[in-house]
Formats: sequence, C-alpha cells, structure tokens
Amino acid sequence: MDDKRAIAQTLYKTMGLTDAALNDPDIAHLVINSNMVVASHLIEGLVVEPAETQNGVRVTMKVLAGHTIQKPVHLCFGMLPEDGLQEIIMDVTIEEHASVSILAHCTFPNAKNIIHKMEAVITIKEGASYSYLERHVHAASGFITVLPHAIVTVEKNATFKTDFELLRGKAGIIDINYETTCHEYSHLEMNAKVNGVQDDVITIRETGHLNGEGAVGVLTTRIAVRDTAQATVYNTLTAHAAYARGHVDCKEIIQDRAIAKAIPVVEVNHPKAHVTHEAAIGSVDDKQLQTLMARGLSEDEAVDLIIQGLLS
Amino acid sequence: MAILKLENVSLSLNNKPILDSISVDFWEGYIHAIVGPNGAGKSTLSYVIMGLSNYRTISGTLYFKNKPINELSVYQRARLGISLAWQEPARFEGLTVYQYLKASKKDNGLSIEEAMDVIGLPAQEYLPRACDKTLSGGERKRIELASLLVMQPEVVLLDEPDSGIDVEALERIFDAMAILKQRGSTIITITHSMAVLQKAEHAFLMCHGNIIDKGGIDKISGYFENKCIPCDHKNIPISGETR
Repeated sequence: MDDKRAIAQTLYKTMGLTDAALNDPDIAHLVINSNMVVASHLIEGLVVEPAETQNGVRVTMKVLAGHTIQKPVHLCFGMLPEDGLQEIIMDVTIEEHASVSILAHCTFPNAKNIIHKMEAVITIKEGASYSYLERHVHAASGFITVLPHAIVTVEKNATFKTDFELLRGKAGIIDINYETTCHEYSHLEMNAKVNGVQDDVITIRETGHLNGEGAVGVLTTRIAVRDTAQATVYNTLTAHAAYARGHVDCKEIIQDRAIAKAIPVVEVNHPKAHVTHEAAIGSVDDKQLQTLMARGLSEDEAVDLIIQGLLS
Repeated sequence: MAILKLENVSLSLNNKPILDSISVDFWEGYIHAIVGPNGAGKSTLSYVIMGLSNYRTISGTLYFKNKPINELSVYQRARLGISLAWQEPARFEGLTVYQYLKASKKDNGLSIEEAMDVIGLPAQEYLPRACDKTLSGGERKRIELASLLVMQPEVVLLDEPDSGIDVEALERIFDAMAILKQRGSTIITITHSMAVLQKAEHAFLMCHGNIIDKGGIDKISGYFENKCIPCDHKNIPISGETR
C-alpha cells in the first residue's frame, strides 16, 4: 500500500468510518491531507480538478448538465499534523438540471493549532440540485480555527441544501459565513449544528436573499454551549419578490457560564412575500430534564440526551 | 402495608400554602385515586412525592418503604422505584420515541415493543418518529404510559392520565394501568374523571391543600355527583366523613 493511500485510510478511520467508500467504484471521492491530494476517484458527469497550492488545495468541481450523481460524493479535508494552515478554495458549478450530493468530512484528530479555511463560490444552475453536508471531527483538546465562507447563487428552480455539523471534539473558533442569492422558485435550506465546550467561540452568519418570485428559504441553527463557550448566530433572510417565503429558526442551549446570542434579521420588501423567525435561547428545558430524571437518568445523563436530540 | 407514607407534609410556594400538613398512607399494590377541585394541590402532591425542583422545600417527612426520602433528588427517587407521568408530557426535539423509551427502560419492565403494543401505537410506525410536537397530545400521553411500562416503577404517579384522550385511547391507558398493577406497581392517579376513579380501589378527596376525605370509590364518587356545598372551603362534600 502506498503512503498516500495509507494517509487516506487513516483520515477515514479518525472519523469513525471504514474506507469502504474509497473502494467503491460507484462513489466518487477526493481526499486531501494538508495541501496534498492523497486519493481521488471520479465518475461520469463529475469533473473535479484539484490543484495543490502552498497552503492547501484549489478545487474546481463541475457536475455536467443533465447528470445525476447517484451516490454521495465523498470529500475529505484533513490534517494529520498538529499545526498548520489549510486553505481550500472551491469553485463549484452544478450545471443545468444536474444533481449531486456531497458528503464532506473535515478531520483534525491531532490538532494543537490548526487553521482550516474554505473560500467557496458555488453556482447552481437552472433546475439543478446541490446538497452539501460538512461534518467536522475535532480532537477533544487543542485549538482549531475553522473559517468556511461561501458565496452561493441558486438559479431558477434550483435547490441548495447545506448542513454543517460539529458535534465531536472541541470546536475552537468557528466562523461560518454563507451568503446565498436565490432566484425564481429556487429552494434554499441552510442548517448548522454545533456543540461548543470549554473556551470555544462560535459565530454563524447565514444569509439568504430570496430575490426571485416564489423562492423559498429556511435557515435553521441548533447550538449547545457549555463551560465558557460563546456562540453568536447572525441569521439574515430577506425577501424581495412576490410569493417568496422564508423562515429563520434558531435554538441554543447554554450551560455553566456559556453565552449565546441570536441576532435574526428578517427583511421583506414585497407585499406578497412572507418571512417568519423564531429563536429560543436558554438552559435545558426543565420539563424535559425532570421527565428524564423521573425515568432514572442522572442530571448529566439527561442533559446529554436532550442536547443529543437538539443536535441530532 | 404502606409503600409510601407522608407525615405532616406541608409546602408553600411564593408564601402561599399549597399543601397543609398532609398525612397519608398509600398501600402497596393498590390503585389509589386523588380527586378534588382545581387548585386543591393534587398535582403539587405528586410533584412533592417525585421531588421535582421547586417542590423539595417541604416540612414533614416522606417515607418510601419506611425510609425517609426527603433528601433524595428526582433521579434518586426514580432509581428507588418512583416515577411520574405529567398531565402535559414534555416534548423532546430531535429525540425519537425509541430513544425516549430506551432511556426509560429498566430490566424488569416490558420490552419497548410490548409496551407499544399495550398502548396501541404500532412500534414500526411510531418508534422512529420524533417525540415532539408532531405527535398529538393523545399519542404523547400514551407514549408516556409506555415509558412507565418499560420502566415498571414500584410507585407510579399519574397526573390526569385521561385528559385530552379519546375513548379508544382511554381504554389503552386503562390497559396500561392494569398491567402496571398486575406486575406489582402501586398507582396513584390524579383525576377529574369518574371513569378513572372507578378503576381505583381506594381514593382521597383533596381540597385547599388538605386531604379531607378518603375511602372506597363509592364513598368518594359522591364528589362527582355534586354533593359539595358552598362553605368556607369550597367543595367540601356533604358526606362529612373527613379524617
């Protein structure tokens, strides 16, 4: 087995996954360690051109018009070293009436001081569909700065769905910044779930502009913070056209001396558009807690289960 | 024999007396009903027995199997064998019915599938569902009973198990109560329903934080037949046989 293959397998193992996906000819994958492509496999309709840069990788990805990629494409961005900078620059185009789902894993199992940046420009052409699940696995200690930024255009009748999950390990500094513009009858769904501990600082900025008639957008954030962790959520949804519909939903659970803020901005500039929002921040719901304790769970066990549910 | 005994238990909330020196024995293996007007202190009594937060600062003593339990927290009492089903059960965002029941499961309880069968909700359909607001009030209450069936506590506190329940679901709740009793639980149910009262073997009438009458179902059912008269303490029954 060559060194690159071994690194790819190690990265998968740190995420608690087998490397079965790497051996499946029907699953496309791209595995990057620091600035090195250690494994890749493409399938028909998917064009991926990675180029190694000094501190990371520039990836141009295209799904060709009319192609549906049946199985989720696996992207793995990782760093096995303890320190360093990884910059991922992505230029993604999903061509007309194409469809793809991405399962992206970001793993930094040994991190002591790592910066992981992603700058993405994503264009989803008319009638196309793009789903992106980004799952992070961090070490229980150490320090990571995660900066995923994206500018997204969702054209007529297209769909964009993104999920960001950081449920295991220490978050470090998380600064998510996604700005999405939606055209006629397009669908947007942005979800973020983050568990913050110790001195983590979590900032989520998700913005959707529903510019086209009938565009629909939902921004959902679920955060749990404990110890002295801090979380701030700036969710913005604007509606500028008739029959545009949107909803912003933010729930944050705090424990110990953690701090959570939610700053939703809802702007409607058309009399036939409609956007709603709801936000709830507080400690664990007392009735949920006492119900589980009345079934014999200790307070810690009950809190963990409630948070697991919130972030599930 | 009393499995649960309260001795001169009083509780005030915001300087308002809610329970006033209640002394009562709950006999082991019986279904006990507690009836009385709104605000009598019935639910509060169940919260005090369960030891919920805000209901722990009491005077008097609670005994479970002759041992005082005042100092025990909710989960310690649950592990001893006391549990409670709320009138309005909690809803858990993100947790499935299966996860909730699994968290409640104890060795001597029914299996999760058996419990779902008793409450009449198909396991295959309901176990993967979220235990949240997508369930109707009636479904959620039946699942609450299922969580007690898988736990099989020695003392089961049911706060108005019939409220918001249709006729068919009520039969399922009665089935669950019968199985809990058959498997050894002592049940203390709070109710405003004659149908639930008639499932009990012994009943207490509460008013203004006191237990003012107790006895067989025939005696206490007078409360449901409008045999209360206006007086300083509203709803005191004319039967007059107070403790």
